[in-house]
Amino acid sequence: MSRYEVRLSGAGGQGMILAGIILAESALDNDELNVVQTQSYGPESRGGASRAEVVFSKEAIDYPKVIQADLLVALTTEAFEKYGDDIKEGAVVIADSDFIDADYKPAAKVDYYSIPIINTATEEIGLKLTANMVALGAASHFIPDLSEDEILKTIAARVPAGTEEKNKEAFKAGRRLVSEMKS
Amino acid sequence: MSKAKTLLLQGDEAVVEGGMAAGADFFAGYPITPASEIAEGFAEQLPANGGKFIQMEDEIAGMGCIVGASLAGAKAITATSGPGFSLKQENLGFAIMVEAPCVVVNVQRVGPSTGLPTSPSQGDIMQAKWGTHGDHPIIALSPSSVSETFDLTVTAFNLAEKYRIPVILLLDEIVGHMREKITIPPADELEIVNRKKPKPEDKDNFYPYEETEDLIPPMPDYGTGFKYHSTGLFHDKTGFPRGKTEDAKKLMDRLMGKINNNLDDIIHLEDDLNGDEDVVVLAYGSTVRSAISAVNQVREEGIKAGWVKLKTIWPFADDYVRKLAEKVDRIIVPELNMGQLIGEVERVAAGKAEVTGINRYDGTLITPADVVAEIKGAL
Repeated sequence: MSRYEVRLSGAGGQGMILAGIILAESALDNDELNVVQTQSYGPESRGGASRAEVVFSKEAIDYPKVIQADLLVALTTEAFEKYGDDIKEGAVVIADSDFIDADYKPAAKVDYYSIPIINTATEEIGLKLTANMVALGAASHFIPDLSEDEILKTIAARVPAGTEEKNKEAFKAGRRLVSEMKS
Repeated sequence: MSKAKTLLLQGDEAVVEGGMAAGADFFAGYPITPASEIAEGFAEQLPANGGKFIQMEDEIAGMGCIVGASLAGAKAITATSGPGFSLKQENLGFAIMVEAPCVVVNVQRVGPSTGLPTSPSQGDIMQAKWGTHGDHPIIALSPSSVSETFDLTVTAFNLAEKYRIPVILLLDEIVGHMREKITIPPADELEIVNRKKPKPEDKDNFYPYEETEDLIPPMPDYGTGFKYHSTGLFHDKTGFPRGKTEDAKKLMDRLMGKINNNLDDIIHLEDDLNGDEDVVVLAYGSTVRSAISAVNQVREEGIKAGWVKLKTIWPFADDYVRKLAEKVDRIIVPELNMGQLIGEVERVAAGKAEVTGINRYDGTLITPADVVAEIKGAL
């Protein structure tokens, strides 16, 4: 695998950076897989645009940031409009169907999934804060060389104590949203 | 025997791991983005391992505190970013004058003033050299990855202890905040240097700033019975100021000499050159990564290009760059500033090679494509 580039974008406070950290840390025990995780956010602690980026490669990773995403997740219209076209030909694009109001006509051919990320967290899991794990679950379906088990293990280690089960449930719900669409 | 461990860490966290591995036992400072994780990490690790952590009332006090701790025998470190680095400059000069070993980390963000707090920059390169007033020596190191941040933090402590000088560790926000896998070597595989101390029997005949052959006087801990005075005024071997001009020259020559006599030990760099290069990209910090990526790309097209990574920024690698300029046609210096270290490259190249810059100062990175374009424009 040459570079596989993931961009998780949303608003500050939605947990996209934590999702990126969990994704990166899930590659820790895979000796053949290099990973670099970076983030970009403003000085405010909530609101504003926020994004996490994770680059995987079996070779050394020089440039640490996404050049053109293989996989884009967007939770807000702002993020979607900013990054929606900055993707590779054939990239996977996952957008929140309830919160993104955009007429999406991508320049490149994409594999597009419009799914209810935040509503699944609110209604099915009963905890809006787990939207980042729903998003991660959906994204994880497409990432080569990362197993679901490794990610679930990392989630349990990284989320606040007492919320492990809810977060794992959210991750599985997100993964299901995508796999149901694909079947 | 301890074992190597592999972790996913931020550069800031690698500073903490490197510091602990080097024997740091004191941190004082004030939190600031993008360096706060360093304070946070030492706040967890130092008290748990017999060390001390103090959050001071401001940046100035943080610097003053580590100089005091150093004189009392501690391996002391502080961490900051541009606005705090500005505030630390006076006490940094004091540390140079009293020859207090310590490490000052500056995770660079875009300035001037509060600038862009969460975005990367390499804008403090010249400030690291000249931020405190007067002629003076300084050592500044700059890592380009998380593992290198660990290694250079250990090196920073070792050089500080060996040469009795503050060492500045210049990260940028990218290296400070990015997470990578890092394998931390077992403690017994690391070379750790501790300051040279006087012998207990020399107590009655002790001069704290005596001109020894290596120009680095042995350093006792305050409060251990050695009579020891420290001052920012020019002083003689007793540590007291006499107000004599010959003392000023003598001390200044020794302070500069202890560094200039040991450049081979202090200047660390890496390169990837085949010896037939037309163009070489000379970089430091996070921009090294784009330089390497770009050189690898253009080599596949048959372009004779190479790269140099400076890990030691100050003292500048004059001899190396002078020889490089004699061999190649062009040196490209990518920097996340309006052109700072390029001035040193031009000074040393002295017209023997053409020197061009790639400069970004908007809080975003120089990409491999930017460097490829400059290499091709240079041919």
